[in-house]
Amino acid sequence: MSLETATSSAGAAQASAPTVVPGPVVRRWPLRGRAGTWAGFALILLLAPLVFSSDLSVSMLSQIGIAIVACLSFNMLLGQGGMLSFGHAVYTGLATFVCIHALLGIASGAFPVPVSLVPLIGGLAGAFFAILLGYVTTKKAGTPFAMITLGIGELVAAMVLMVPEFFGGEGGVSANRSVGKPFLGITFGPPLQVYYLTAFYTFVCTAAMFAFTRTPLGRMLNAVRDNPERVEFIGYSTQRVRYFSFIIAGFFAGVAGGMYALNFEIATAEVVGAGRSGLYLLFTFLGGATFFFGPIIGAILMVLSFTLLSELTKGWPLYLGLVFILMVMFAPGGIASLVMMNVRLAAYRKLSRVAAWYPALLAAALVMLAGAAALIELFYQIQLGSGNETHTSVFGIGLDTQSQASWIGAVAVLLVGYALFELVRRRFGRVWGRVQEEIEAQVAAREGR
Amino acid sequence: MSSKYAVELKDLRKSFGKTEIIRGTNLAVAQGERVAVIGPNGAGKSTLFNLISGRFAPTSGEILLNGERVDGLLPYEINRRGLARSFQITNIFGRLSVFENLRCGVLWSLGYRYAFWKFLADLKDANTRADELLQMIKLDRKRDTLAMNLTYAEQRALEIGITIAGGAGVVMLDEPTAGMSKTETARFIELIRDVTEGKTLLTVEHDMGVVFGLADKIAVLVYGEVIAFDTPDAVRANARVQEAYLGSVLADAQVAEGTRLHAGHPGH
Amino acid sequence: MEFFTISMLNGLSYGLLLFMLSSGLTLIFSMMGVLNFAHASFYMIGAYLAYTIAKITGFWPGLVIAPIVVGLLGALFESQCLRRVHKFGHVAELLITFGLSFVVVELVMLIWGRTPVDFPPPPSLRGPAFTLVNSSVDGLRLVLGAAPAAMCQAADASVRVVCSPFPATRGFMMLVALLMLVALWLLLTRTRIGLVIQSALTHPEMVESLGHNVPRVFMMVFGAGCALAGLAGVIGGVTFVTEPAMAFTVGTIIFVVVVVGGMGSLAGAFVASLLIGVIQTFAVALDYSLLSLVRGLHVPLSEGASDFSVLKLSISQVAPILPYLFLVLILIFRPKGLLGTREG
Repeated sequence: MSLETATSSAGAAQASAPTVVPGPVVRRWPLRGRAGTWAGFALILLLAPLVFSSDLSVSMLSQIGIAIVACLSFNMLLGQGGMLSFGHAVYTGLATFVCIHALLGIASGAFPVPVSLVPLIGGLAGAFFAILLGYVTTKKAGTPFAMITLGIGELVAAMVLMVPEFFGGEGGVSANRSVGKPFLGITFGPPLQVYYLTAFYTFVCTAAMFAFTRTPLGRMLNAVRDNPERVEFIGYSTQRVRYFSFIIAGFFAGVAGGMYALNFEIATAEVVGAGRSGLYLLFTFLGGATFFFGPIIGAILMVLSFTLLSELTKGWPLYLGLVFILMVMFAPGGIASLVMMNVRLAAYRKLSRVAAWYPALLAAALVMLAGAAALIELFYQIQLGSGNETHTSVFGIGLDTQSQASWIGAVAVLLVGYALFELVRRRFGRVWGRVQEEIEAQVAAREGR
Repeated sequence: MSSKYAVELKDLRKSFGKTEIIRGTNLAVAQGERVAVIGPNGAGKSTLFNLISGRFAPTSGEILLNGERVDGLLPYEINRRGLARSFQITNIFGRLSVFENLRCGVLWSLGYRYAFWKFLADLKDANTRADELLQMIKLDRKRDTLAMNLTYAEQRALEIGITIAGGAGVVMLDEPTAGMSKTETARFIELIRDVTEGKTLLTVEHDMGVVFGLADKIAVLVYGEVIAFDTPDAVRANARVQEAYLGSVLADAQVAEGTRLHAGHPGH
Repeated sequence: MEFFTISMLNGLSYGLLLFMLSSGLTLIFSMMGVLNFAHASFYMIGAYLAYTIAKITGFWPGLVIAPIVVGLLGALFESQCLRRVHKFGHVAELLITFGLSFVVVELVMLIWGRTPVDFPPPPSLRGPAFTLVNSSVDGLRLVLGAAPAAMCQAADASVRVVCSPFPATRGFMMLVALLMLVALWLLLTRTRIGLVIQSALTHPEMVESLGHNVPRVFMMVFGAGCALAGLAGVIGGVTFVTEPAMAFTVGTIIFVVVVVGGMGSLAGAFVASLLIGVIQTFAVALDYSLLSLVRGLHVPLSEGASDFSVLKLSISQVAPILPYLFLVLILIFRPKGLLGTREG
């Protein structure tokens, strides 16, 4: 098993959290395992509505599917190509607008296309805009590329408000998805039918994007990410590689936008906005940009944060931002990299030694989190609650902005939690370092050094 | 191959701002010749390589590859016409495996271009060629190791592997043995000799042993001009060269070493 | 005539504000290779801090204290967070500053609320710095301060008098920006630390091997860049609206400025700032649209066509996107920027 390709043990002996130099997914994953993973994915997609059966849950599942395709297409640029885009919502959003108009066209009879093909229309729209805007965007790389995507994103977002005939101004455009001739009785009115259509497209797009990583263009995109200059000296035009990949990513982004149009039946200026682009970035990174399945995790987190987390606490964007910063500092490969690190440990049968520390680490972190959350919630209560409402709660414990005990208690818990966490973390760091050294010795022995 | 010269430079000049680095260089390298470019630091050797491979555009003058003008063309255009180069500071694809690195090097030359409708695993010719290269540069045990995890000498070997992967007829190596120990250098010279069989080779080198052991002809570059371009013995005897470059005990010792190695390999 | 002069001055003052921000950004980028996505967030923090300080002690102490506090916050962020992600590359650095900008906006909304706050200029800066009075009889005259009402009204119906005031806040903005510019130039070219910074701009490793504490220099430059942003924030907050969205609107424009001017070029940032500042200010004041142009050329249009929104868009409505259009044009015709030195 060649799992050692996924991480570097060079910096692992440090006392702080292990520095993982991100790497591509393992080669030579056994064929049985690969087919099994895909079958499992398909099975989950098929059976999920049976477990989460309420209308709201099914709608959430559809949103997850849409988010998966959107984040995977975003990661084509970031994780595979090293291109950080602050304007990906332009492609998903414009495709959404086109698809809403397509639905209106289907309803009026001017456009006799089955509703099930609407996401495909979205994909073509996304590719079209990527062809149009991508040429200028991919002229530069790295930081200037990011700034250009930001500027073009703002340009498009502003222009959307200027052409109300197509974009509907402030109110946006809406359409009905259960139009056109029903196919075998399927009208796509009920959420369940939309879900299965979404799930189908999600599976196909995920498979297609995975296949892309194994094509010449996909591999050269990785090469461009690693060393854009060298690519030019082996016969490839770096800009062309980026541009073509950008178009393909735009296609899949458009499919996500089309599915969005079917699910929500409305498109407003917000779908092309910088806020949405920022969310794609945030959650794709959180899920993990360096592994293929990372954005899938990120997409699930995105939908859960918007629906469930926002119910729990008013300060959820702040928590998200703080988690993001901590991730960039300590685990830049995202959750996926944390998972893969442990998988690697398991492959060398050293997971149990390290995993023994996880409960302690988690408990200390939770204490610290409780203290911080209490403080933040108190602040939010002052800001967002009206004068008389002084009560809020964290993890079920009541807090009062007026009582000194709440404030002092919050600070005390935070400090105690921080001290505990530091204590456990240092011990954990030593064990981690030793385990990494042992693994490195095994690898060296195998390579005959 | 429409010309008897693989690479020709005609009054090549390059200025960076007001400073002229290459001041009218003339050179004509025949097909299949092995040329070592030597010269003191700052003479412009790397700049010359950068000009020929298209990394920089010349200020004036002509560069011809197999009789065709290539000055001012982009690096990938020149590469597609049959010229490949390596870099002094290792320039590989760190997050790809050794095998993937080599495969990337062969893709364009086999005509796969920007294809996204074929699987890499199905490209038999690309995979076979990459495996061949793996054997040639003797990194077959490290097939799946990430390039950034290789040792320095292994990375230099990979660097050369990527350079020759596309099958270019003209190979330019920029200080291939930089930073290597004596044994590594000796092994490397063997490697370079083997992999550049039948190709035109231009290499920048500082180690006189490598130079005299590998090259058919030596071009001496001083202050942006070629002051001598001749067989190793003639260059050694050249008064201008001696004055500019070879007047040291160390160089003499390296030359003696190199001549010994050279004598053991007839026909080179 | 006076419209042109006042608009020009307004445009220049806005451009100078943009330069105050983009110069700090360019310095940080040139030296550390990291584009500080949160630069405009420090601008916003400066405005809000000055607002709070002004409520306690008045505007002028805030003008001094707020930038210092912002600078210290910036230095703290650099030493604790930014430094750690250095080893992960430029993308990671950009990401962490992006995360910071996100968190700062949330914190600002948490502490000061989501609606704009009322941050009035101090009494000495209220009203116009001077007024241009253009009378069809007496010609153009300059009056310091506000022109008395009597001057602005014509005694006679046949005489037309137009009074164009130039706000004192704008004038103050120009003054501070120019002073800062001069001080920066003197610092960089005349002092020892300036020399170290200039060399560290292009050769950080060399400077470090000469014995200078380059990480500390980086921290100081980052902190100083943020302090400049904070200073711009104090002035900007008092001239324009102080609200949570101010970071984003100004932020995207200064990124455009930096790309248009050429990444890493201070002179380019200067030219681009002024250009964009002047063009946008003029555009906001102009009410012409494509439709008026077409009508002016006496081209006949059907009812439906003249109703099309794009044609009816006046230049003032298009003004906000002009910088982005400019960006796209520059990228097509001159990708390395107006005075660009580095290839991105």
